[in-house]
Amino acid sequence: MGMNIAFWVLAATATAGALMVVSMRSLFRAALGLILCFLSIAGLFITLTAEYLGIVQILIYVGAIAVLIIMSIVLTRDIEHSNVPSPYKLPAVLGALSFIGVAIWAILNTKWDNSTGMAFLPISPKTLHTESIGQMLFGQDSLVLAVEIAALLILVAVIGAISVAKEK
Amino acid sequence: MNWSLSPDWPGNFWLRLIIIAVVIIAYVMSSVIMFIWMERRVIARFQSRLGPNRAGPFGLLQAFADTVKILTKEDIIPTLADKLLFWIAPAIAFVPTLMIMAVIPLMNGLQLADLNVGVLYIAAVSAIASIGVFLSGMAGNNKYSLVGAIREIAQLISFEIPMVLAIAGLVIASGSMSVSGIIEAQNIPFILVQPLGFMIFIVAILAEINRTPFDLVEADSELTCGFNTEYSGMKFALLYLTEYSEAVVGSALIATFFLGGWRGPLLPGILWFAIKMFASFMFILWLRGTLPRLRIDQSMRLAWKGLLPLAFVNLFIIGLKSVFLPDLSLWISVPAYILISLILVMLWAMFMRKERQSFGG
Repeated sequence: MGMNIAFWVLAATATAGALMVVSMRSLFRAALGLILCFLSIAGLFITLTAEYLGIVQILIYVGAIAVLIIMSIVLTRDIEHSNVPSPYKLPAVLGALSFIGVAIWAILNTKWDNSTGMAFLPISPKTLHTESIGQMLFGQDSLVLAVEIAALLILVAVIGAISVAKEK
Repeated sequence: MNWSLSPDWPGNFWLRLIIIAVVIIAYVMSSVIMFIWMERRVIARFQSRLGPNRAGPFGLLQAFADTVKILTKEDIIPTLADKLLFWIAPAIAFVPTLMIMAVIPLMNGLQLADLNVGVLYIAAVSAIASIGVFLSGMAGNNKYSLVGAIREIAQLISFEIPMVLAIAGLVIASGSMSVSGIIEAQNIPFILVQPLGFMIFIVAILAEINRTPFDLVEADSELTCGFNTEYSGMKFALLYLTEYSEAVVGSALIATFFLGGWRGPLLPGILWFAIKMFASFMFILWLRGTLPRLRIDQSMRLAWKGLLPLAFVNLFIIGLKSVFLPDLSLWISVPAYILISLILVMLWAMFMRKERQSFGG
């Protein structure tokens, strides 16, 4: 009951935030709508007992990515109050509609079974969610190689960004 | 004597939440009033003045008098301001500071939510507070506020990383990400076990809560009042409250993470917590009375070239110790690590000085 109310409130604010992102004239307010959307989705994660995911969502998306977007809006000239209309309206509509179609098709055709997701984890679902994520990433027979490769990728991307942005 | 709150104390889940929430809000608000009084009197002492001493005994009622004055002032909204954001920004700045207090135990068991990711929660929520301050600077449509707002974001991005790395050292040492787990692990306070982490954390938290020497966000001598230049009346009062409740939260975090939180002999936990919190704030005030304000480029250089590498070295040493020498006696490890920290800090200070000379500033 309480969870249902929480779900509907969070879902409504997430949708409202997403609508704000696409409909606001001022890009700055659109970015704020994005923050609202991220926060509500973090709330949804928490209601699904994935509190680690929810907190990380806030930390990364609200604390870093949204701040970065706001900074780039503030530092770009003449963009703050004029959201320039795109000339590609028809392709955009078609792209959006086909994406919605694929997403709905995927959601309707997935078997949403609670137990199968948990069976994938190496330890019993009784233990803490955070701990099981840690075990999967760094424990015995884990994905540690993939994690390290991802870290290397990020390092390469950072060095690439520095070399692109360096003053000649 | 065992002063603790049992986990099912009034018997009703919702009643417990409501009572603890009210206690936390009252605690934060009364601490804010005490902090304002303390700041004005102590800083006055530092500067050989008397400070406010007319309203009530020792000027204790000065904060109430100021509140009444500020609430009766005219509420001005600039014509070119973004009205909605101007209204909502002080609230966005204020609420997260209370949200952080939800995971900090005021005494054994007196904690709204014992999240198992409490430390991450603190880092995540403090970022939202900075967004509120940034918005209040943006919305006023004033160049000074805008500069203050951009400085706020720059400091948020730069000092968040060393702060989280310093806390990561605590997580490694205590083996828990929940705040009460970290307190549980402090049989001796972490300020002795991880002195370097403490130094990094205190500098980073000063920058996060915008206290001198990092109060570049409102730098009254250069930016008039920075992000809150355009605010007046009740909205200004809310921003002022935010500033001091951030100071309360910052002192509470120092007390919780490094001074052992509510733990201590004889006295009840909540009293120990308050003593440690006020001692931390006294230290912050002392810094304010001693140090001049940094320039923004100095602050950024300190964050990226000073604190960040030092935080990585700190984390590395703590990781090495907990992997290879987990059973090392405290009598050896504490003095050794204090020595290592002092050497590292001196090395870094030398490096920073050399670097400053080569930049000529």
